Amino acid sequence: MDNFTVGVVVFPGSNCDRDVSWALEGCLDIRTKYLWHESSDLSDVDAIVLPGGFSYGDYLRCGAIARFSPLINALDEFVKSGKRVLGICNGFQILTESGFLPGALVTNKNLNFICDDVELDIVSSKGGWFNNVDEKQTIKLPIAHGEGRYHCDSDTLKKLVDNELIALRYKNNPNGSSFDIAGITNEKGNVLGLMPHPERACDETIGGTDGLFTLKSLILK
Amino acid sequence: MDQFAVKVFVRLRSSVLDPAGEATKSASIKLGAEGIKSLRIGKMIEVKIEGNGENEVREKIDLLCDRLFANTVIEDYEYSLEKL
Repeated sequence: MDNFTVGVVVFPGSNCDRDVSWALEGCLDIRTKYLWHESSDLSDVDAIVLPGGFSYGDYLRCGAIARFSPLINALDEFVKSGKRVLGICNGFQILTESGFLPGALVTNKNLNFICDDVELDIVSSKGGWFNNVDEKQTIKLPIAHGEGRYHCDSDTLKKLVDNELIALRYKNNPNGSSFDIAGITNEKGNVLGLMPHPERACDETIGGTDGLFTLKSLILK
Repeated sequence: MDQFAVKVFVRLRSSVLDPAGEATKSASIKLGAEGIKSLRIGKMIEVKIEGNGENEVREKIDLLCDRLFANTVIEDYEYSLEKL
C-alpha cells in the first residue's frame, strides 16, 4: 500500500506489538515500523498504534509511567496534525493517562483478569474506525485485561454521548465500565482508544476477522 | 538546602468503586472483625526531597502529585511533610 507506514510503539513491557505488526503486515499488507519509546522522531510514520501489554510493568497505574516517555511527548504534535493514533488495551490506558482521551481505566469490578471474546455494539463511526453501514452493527473481539473498567464523571459522560465520541459498547458489560464503554475517540476522531484487541481478530483460522476493519482504517487520511 | 520527608497518600475518589477494598472488607469480616462499615485501599508514597524551604518543596510535591503520583480523574491526594 504505497509507502504508508504505521509506527508500532514498543515500551518496555509491551507484549502485543508483534501481534499488531503481524496483523498489519501479514493480513493487510500495510508496512509497519517499530518505534522504541525513547524515540521522539515520528517523521517517517503516517499513523501510530500504541499496543497492549504492561508498559513499565504497569507500575503506579497502568500507563502512568509511559506518559512521560519521549515518544508520548512527541505524540501531541502528531495528533494535532490530524494523523491517526490507535491505542489498544494498555495503549488506551496510556491515551487516557496522557490526556489524549478523557476518563480513566481502573480495576475490573470482579477483580479478575478477564480473557474472553466479547460482543460489542458499534455506537459511532466517528473517524471511520468501524464499519457501521448497517443501522446498528455488532462485532466480536477478544479482551484480555485486569484494569479495563472505564470510569469518568457524569459531565464527561454527557460530553461523550452528546458528541458521539463513544465508539464501542459491551453488549454484556464484563468489567463494570461506566455506560458499558469499551472504546472512545477524541473529538476530531483521529484518536481511538479501546480495550478489545482488533489485532487478535484478523484471521478466520484464529477466531474471526472483526478486527480487520479497524486496523485497515489506520490508512485513512 | 533543607531536607524534608514527605508522605503522600493517594486514594480512589469516593465516587469510584474500589473492588479490592470490597474484597478485603469481605475477608476482614470472615476473620471475625465486627463493625466494619467500609474499607478502601489507597497508596502511600514516601519521598525524601531537598529544597530551599518548605514552600519550594510543597510546590515540587504538588506538581508530582498532580501530574504523576495521582490520576485526579479517579484519585485524590494529600500529604504530610516533615523537616529532617
